[in-house]
Amino acid sequence: MKAHTLQVLVENKAGVLSRVAGLFSRRGFNIESLTVGTCEEPGMSRMTIVVLGDDAEVEQVKKQLNKLIDVIKVSDITERSTVDRELALIKVAAEAGDSRAEVMQIASIFRAQIIDVGTRSVILEVTGDTEKIDALETLLRQYGIKEFVRTGKIALLRGSKGAKAQK
Amino acid sequence: MKTGARILLEGLQREGVETIFGYPGGSVLPIYDELYDSEIQHILVRHEQAAAHAADGYARASGRVGVCLATSGPGACNLVTGIATAYMDSVPMVAITGQVPTSMLGNDAFQESDITGITMPITKHNYLVKHAADLPQAVRDAFYIAGTGRQGPVLIDIPKDVMTAQLEEVPPVGTARLRGYQPTYEGHALQIEKAVGLIADAARPVLYVGGGVIAAGASGEVARLAELMLIPITTTLMGLGAIPCDHPLSLGMIGMHGTEAANYAVTECDLLIAVGVRFDDRVTGKIEAFAPNARVIHIDIDPAEIGKNKPVDVPIVGDAKSVLQRILHRLVKKEGREGWLDRVRRWKEAAALGTDTSAALGPAYILAEMSDLLGENGIIVTEVGQNQMWAAQHYCFRRPRTWISSGGLGTMGYGFPAAIGAHFARPDETVVDVAGDGSFQMNIQELGTVAHYHIPVKVVILNNMYLGMVRQWQELFYDRRYSYTELPPVDFVGIARAYGVDGMRVEEKADVRPALLAAFESDGPFVLDFRIEREANVFPMVPAGAAINEMIGRRQR
Repeated sequence: MKAHTLQVLVENKAGVLSRVAGLFSRRGFNIESLTVGTCEEPGMSRMTIVVLGDDAEVEQVKKQLNKLIDVIKVSDITERSTVDRELALIKVAAEAGDSRAEVMQIASIFRAQIIDVGTRSVILEVTGDTEKIDALETLLRQYGIKEFVRTGKIALLRGSKGAKAQK
Repeated sequence: MKTGARILLEGLQREGVETIFGYPGGSVLPIYDELYDSEIQHILVRHEQAAAHAADGYARASGRVGVCLATSGPGACNLVTGIATAYMDSVPMVAITGQVPTSMLGNDAFQESDITGITMPITKHNYLVKHAADLPQAVRDAFYIAGTGRQGPVLIDIPKDVMTAQLEEVPPVGTARLRGYQPTYEGHALQIEKAVGLIADAARPVLYVGGGVIAAGASGEVARLAELMLIPITTTLMGLGAIPCDHPLSLGMIGMHGTEAANYAVTECDLLIAVGVRFDDRVTGKIEAFAPNARVIHIDIDPAEIGKNKPVDVPIVGDAKSVLQRILHRLVKKEGREGWLDRVRRWKEAAALGTDTSAALGPAYILAEMSDLLGENGIIVTEVGQNQMWAAQHYCFRRPRTWISSGGLGTMGYGFPAAIGAHFARPDETVVDVAGDGSFQMNIQELGTVAHYHIPVKVVILNNMYLGMVRQWQELFYDRRYSYTELPPVDFVGIARAYGVDGMRVEEKADVRPALLAAFESDGPFVLDFRIEREANVFPMVPAGAAINEMIGRRQR
C-alpha cells in the first residue's frame, strides 16, 4: 500500500462530490484525503485525491472514476514532478510564559503564523507538504493540541505541462 | 405555451419511445395527464418494481432503451430493485420519477425520497431536473448515456412544479453534450495485431463470450471467428443465444452450473479469447485456477472490466462487433487443430444427456419438450434459482435476445414482469416465463396486468414447493437442514383464474406436451403449474470457491 495522488477534473455541478465519494466507499477504496474547488476552466472543478492502495487497486480507482459521466479527466501524478501543499490550523495549549515562547519559536522555525492568541492557547496556521505538517504536529503534541484541522493535499504539476481537459 | 410534462413526452417521442411501463401517483399526475392524449402507449403494471423489470425485458428483447415511470417516494423506491438488476446486466433503461415540488425538496415532504441519491450506485448516471428548460437536453443525454458504450440505466427525477411550469419557448435539442463521456468503440490497432498473432499460434484456444456480444450484435462475428480458426466456444449465462446451442463448436454454458466440456476446456486451454464478459465469480470459481495455463485476450467496451478480476495479456477496449471484424479481416483459415477439437468432442460426448426414462416429472423433461415445441420461435424469460439454471442447461437457445434472465443481481420476481416487457418488444414471438413457485410469488400480482391487456405471456412454473436453489445448498452444504425454504402448496391455477387468466396443473409426464400445446395455442396469458419432483438438483455444480473443473454431481454414465 502506498499513497497515490490523483488529479481529477470534474464538472462543477451539484452532486459530483457525492458521486466521487460514493464510488470510493461503495467499492471499498481507501481514501486518504480529498480536496475540491473551482479551477481555471469555467464550469469545472479540480479535485486532488490521495488514495492508499497497491498499483492494481489504484488502476481500478482510475478506471472507475473515468466511468463517471461528470468526470472529465483523471491523472495519476504520483510519480511526476509536482508541487503540493496542505494548509493546517492548529490550536495548541500555551499558557503565558515558557511554553508559549517555545511554541512561538517552533512556529517560526516551521514558518507557521500565529493567527490567534488566547489566555491559554494559540492558533497556528501552517502550509507545506504533508511531511512538514506531520512533523509540526508531532512537535506540538507535547504542549497539548486542543484542536487540529487540515485541508488535505492539493497538487499541481511543475512546469508548463498540465492535466487539462480531454480524457 | 408548453408544460414541462408535455416537453418530457415530446422528448421521449423524439427518442423513438413507443411503450412505457408505469404506475401513477400524486407527483407524476401532470405527466399522466399528458399521457392521456399521447401516442405513447402506457402499460399500467400492478407494482412499480414490475414497471422497471418490464422496461428491462423490453430492452433485452428489442435492443432498444426501455422506459419506466413512477411517482416520487415509495413509487421511486420500488423501482430500485429493477434499476439495480438492469445495472448489473448492463441493460439500457431510462427510469423517470416524479419528485415533490422544488420548494419542498429536502423538507422530508410527503412522499419525498432522495431518489437520485438512492440510485447513484446503481445507475450509469442520473439527473434531478430543476428547470423545465433543461428537460429536452436531459432526455437526449439520458437516452444517449443509457444506450451507448457499456449500456445501463439512467434515472431522470422531475419535481412536480417542473412538470407544470409553462414555457413559451422550448430550447432546441442538440446532440448529447457530455464532455466527460466518450466511449471507445474502435479497438487499439496494435493490440488487435497482437491478438491476431496469438489466435493464429495457439494450440488449444477457447472463445469465452458473454452478454457484451449480444449487446453489440456480434454473434455472427463470434461464429465466423470460431469456424475460421476452429475454436470451441463457451458462453456465460448472459451470453446464451449468442451461438446456437447445437453449433458443432458450442460447448454450452461455463461456470458454476456450466457443462463439463466448457469447464474442462477452459481449464486446459492455452489461449482464452474473452469477449464481452467480466470474469464474474459465478463463472470463474476460484480465480487462480481459472484458465491457469492460458494467455488471455479480453475484448470489452468497458475499460474498467479489463484486468479487474483476472490479469490480461492483450487488453482490447472497444465494441465487440467492430473489434472482431478487424481481427477477422487479418486472419487466414486455420488447419490442424483436430487434436484439440477431438479432445473437446470427447468431453461433450461423455457428458451428453441420455434419454430421460424415469417415471418422475422432472424439469429437464419439461424444458426439453418446450424446446422441441417452440423450436426457433420462443423467447424464454426466467425467474431466479433452480428454474433459471435448468432453463439455461436444458433449453436450446439458437438466437440472440431469446434468453432473458437476471444474471448479475439474481433478482427473484424478475421473470414475469420482464416477460411482459419482452412481449411488447417482440409481439410476434411466444414469450414464456420459466418460474419457480417461490420466484413467481414475488411478482404474482402482475397476473392482473396480463389479464387487463390480454398479454399472451405463458408462465411455466417448475413447482417443487421449495425455494429450490437455497434448499439445494442446504442439502449439500448445511447437512440437509432445510431452514425456512419449504413453501406450502399453492393453487396457482386458482389464483390465475381469480385474475381472469387461464391455467392448468400438470402432475404426469404424459400430460406435459398436451399442456404446453394448450398454453402455446391459447391467444392469451396462460399459467402452467408443473408439480415436479421435490428434491431434484441442478447438476453439475461447482461449489462456491472451488475451481471450475472440480464439479460435483456429474452425470453418471
